[in-house]
Amino acid sequence: MKAHLMYAGRDVAAGTTLPKYQHDVIQDLGLQTMINTMAAADDNIAQVARDSLLTSLSDIGSILYRQAALKDCIAHAGAVRELHDLAVETVNAERRGFLYGIPMVGKTPGSVLFWAINLLEMLEAQLQRLRRFADQHASEFTSPAFTTLFEMLQRELSDDYLESVRDHLRRLRFPNGLLLSAELGAGNKGASYVLRKGAAPESWIRRLFLGDSAGSYAFKIDDRDEAGLRALAALKDRGIALVAEALGRSTGHILAFFRMLRTELAFYVGCLNLHQALKSLGCPTCMPTPQEAAERKRSAAGLYDPALALALGRGVVENDLCADGKRLVVITGANRGGKSTFLRSVGLGQLMMQCGMFVAADRFEASVCEGLFTHYQREEDPTMQSGKFDEELFRMSSIVDDVVPNSLVLLNESFAATDAREGAEIARQVVSALTECGVNVYFVTHQYEYAQSIQATEESGALLLLAERREDGTRTFKIMPGAPLHTSHARDLYDRIFGRSGEQPPTFEASAVLRGREVSGGQS
Amino acid sequence: MPSVDFKSILDEEEPAAWDGSIQAPECLADLNLDQVIDAIVGADDEYRLRPFFLSPLATARAVEYRHEVMRDLDSERTFGYVTEFASAMRRVREQLAKAVKVTPLQSQRLFLDALRTYSQAVVDFGKRLVSSPLNSRGLRSFGKYLSRYVASPAFGSRASSADTLLLELHSIMYSVHIKDNAVSVSRYEGQADYSDEVAETFAKFSQGESSSYVGPLRDSIDMSQVEERILSLVARLFPPTFAKLAEFRERNQGFIDPTIARFDREIQFYVAYKAYVARFIAGGLPICYPEVHAEPRTMFASDTYDAALADSLIARGASVVLNDVVLEDGERLIVVSGPNQGGKTTFARLFGQLHYLAGLGCPVPGRAARLALFDKILTHFEREEHVENLRSKLEDDLLRIHDILERATARSIIIVNEIFSSTTTSDAYFLARQIVERILALGARCVCVTFLDALASTDDRIVSMVSMVSPDDPAIRTYKVARRPAGGRSYAATIAEKHRLTHACVRARIEAAKQ
Repeated sequence: MKAHLMYAGRDVAAGTTLPKYQHDVIQDLGLQTMINTMAAADDNIAQVARDSLLTSLSDIGSILYRQAALKDCIAHAGAVRELHDLAVETVNAERRGFLYGIPMVGKTPGSVLFWAINLLEMLEAQLQRLRRFADQHASEFTSPAFTTLFEMLQRELSDDYLESVRDHLRRLRFPNGLLLSAELGAGNKGASYVLRKGAAPESWIRRLFLGDSAGSYAFKIDDRDEAGLRALAALKDRGIALVAEALGRSTGHILAFFRMLRTELAFYVGCLNLHQALKSLGCPTCMPTPQEAAERKRSAAGLYDPALALALGRGVVENDLCADGKRLVVITGANRGGKSTFLRSVGLGQLMMQCGMFVAADRFEASVCEGLFTHYQREEDPTMQSGKFDEELFRMSSIVDDVVPNSLVLLNESFAATDAREGAEIARQVVSALTECGVNVYFVTHQYEYAQSIQATEESGALLLLAERREDGTRTFKIMPGAPLHTSHARDLYDRIFGRSGEQPPTFEASAVLRGREVSGGQS
Repeated sequence: MPSVDFKSILDEEEPAAWDGSIQAPECLADLNLDQVIDAIVGADDEYRLRPFFLSPLATARAVEYRHEVMRDLDSERTFGYVTEFASAMRRVREQLAKAVKVTPLQSQRLFLDALRTYSQAVVDFGKRLVSSPLNSRGLRSFGKYLSRYVASPAFGSRASSADTLLLELHSIMYSVHIKDNAVSVSRYEGQADYSDEVAETFAKFSQGESSSYVGPLRDSIDMSQVEERILSLVARLFPPTFAKLAEFRERNQGFIDPTIARFDREIQFYVAYKAYVARFIAGGLPICYPEVHAEPRTMFASDTYDAALADSLIARGASVVLNDVVLEDGERLIVVSGPNQGGKTTFARLFGQLHYLAGLGCPVPGRAARLALFDKILTHFEREEHVENLRSKLEDDLLRIHDILERATARSIIIVNEIFSSTTTSDAYFLARQIVERILALGARCVCVTFLDALASTDDRIVSMVSMVSPDDPAIRTYKVARRPAGGRSYAATIAEKHRLTHACVRARIEAAKQ
């Protein structure tokens, strides 16, 4: 019995160890904010949300399978949360193991059997509840994931079946004693013990107390004979070893079923939580349209950064994107003009789509990508430029270790920790090599050198975007198609932070002198 | 018993009695051969192999006999046959030992089990030996011995009656019913397997492989008192079978053939040695069959090493330095000089080890070797613990050297390590000179480790070897000991080596270029 809510006909891999670059993705895309909203303080949901977001589906069928299930969930949020609660309750009940005997004490067959029977009595009741839930709700759901699950529960957990489970649990307490068969092994020691379905107990009791009847001999161990009683217990253990193992495994498997059910529902409950949170902020969501990688599609309307919206607790700037057929998108323009936010919204949109979730946009259509990589500037050690550049290239190199054709690489101010011309040259070499290999690159840069060289070779299939800046210098945080400008508007920032003094804004040379003066002033 | 042209797998002739009376040669500790032997025979020395490793052979023919067996065992298949036979024989011993300690009903059965294990092992091993392409006189004649033994009527009838009896025991199936403290035993009446039914009921929940829940049950041949009482009741349920079992033991006491028992012990000489050298092979070090001659003429060993040292280096994951040693015809004495801690003593030890191991009829450390047998190996290493003061140390040195020279013959090997270090250089040189003259006159082979490098250039029967340093930093030892003039020139020579400009290298390069 399998839940299979995440994949058609397949379990979700538990406890995935994520490749190292994924930690960069979490950090660079601000994924944790979204994960926290999804989790709503449930650690298990947090784990599942994180794993699902980072374990991208690249097969469109699988994405649509989850989208359909998620639509069901949004339509029947209450029922889905109830089902999740049932799974959580079962798993938590097992964790309070002392109620069922501490599992596996010494791992003797007797202790395993005791643990398993007690636990199974609880699990049987939960299975019954699960069946009744299916009876009640099966007709409301339409997605393949949920209809298959409910059909299976109704088919496998019939009343007759559950009664046979209860019957076994009664018999396995052996009210009539234990009947074993055995053979003579090496050294005439009893071997090949097999537990047998007991004969009627009366005939045996008669033999024992009315003297030996034909072909049967008996003895009794004295209550005070401790060694004898221990030996008898050991013999019993040998007799029930197989059934204890079988029952132990079954118990483990049923628990695993509930755990899996909880895990798979956790994803959908997480999606519901996020959906609700964005809705309450008035932010739109849509079911995206995944396309084959070869189509090279990526277009969106009203695309925004959900992490930012959640962090600010309000709606944020939305952008449109039309990058169909483009391997390379270069985003330039004003500092603090929304470039990074835009890049994040592209990355998050892609991840959300490829885990089968809705996307934070009015419309989102994109080719699936084989892995998403981020390369952002790191804050640490800003004084040691050469060391920083070294570190930057080290990370770039490990990305190159892992990318494949149709990967998506998001570069944010990469290759900037060095002289502009050198940086541009390295950027050209790395980025052109990546795109020539079929890797998709979104590159946020204020490196005029580089952006201009891309503009000069526009026919290469690159899209140039620009962070909008109005004539008066105010930023709209809108990203529009546009050629790179020579300045990154540092002056605007300076003005805003230091206030307009009415003076002529200092020229580049003047500001250098000014800084020089400050430094020398500090020294004297 | 079959005719007896097979005596021992260790020797073609009737060998000496291998027992505890064999004295360990004095050189063992100095050469670290005691460590080597300890490692070979293991802590418990189950087969009492130590005496075999204390008795070097006297003739090249005897060495050849062992080389043949050892080479046959180089075949993984043949080696596997031998180890299987050995473990079956060990099982026989264990079963018989156990039989002494238990109730008659168990003891009789253990005896039967042991006899069957033995018969099966002998039959299998005999068949396998006869059908294997063997080249050694030892294994071939033992194979013939086994086939005649197995074909004898006594062996055959005993084995078949054992099989019949066991079959009868195996057909016994009984039921045990346990309720509270009461146990009842009866014949099994075909009741259904309940574990299967339970497993089937829950099969639909299977999530694939899972770890096991029930821990391993203590599985010993020992029986509890409950099991013993059940067994006695089973015997009452099946009286004729148990009567036959008791009678079988009475009839078949002492079933192990002494020649086979002896082989079982002696073949372990080879097994243990192969297990020992496997660690060197696994560590990438060469092991070879030396050419072994009766008389010392040209001897050499290439890429050889000190086995005891290599063993501990491999265990620590450190690399092992390989050395070459050559004595041309007429050359008798190697003077080893050069920086301290440079591998001189190791070199002296490996010279002794090589000869000793070759003398046992074993493969030796190295890529190729040609060695001669010896009558004894005499060593003089410093023994500070016995020395009270300088004067008595010198005296002690001289006394010991004298004793060595008294006992040495032209067939002996003498290894002297740091002689006379307790006196002045000129005195030491004078004394050493005298000793060297005597050894040369005797014609014994000798390695002499010394700080007196002048000693190396006095005679063309003397070869000078030097411990080398690194060309980049003369403070770094390479642990290479190479044949070159003593004194001061090792630095330049190692640089030449680094650039592959030694005589040997240059030749090899020119020859390689020609092809």
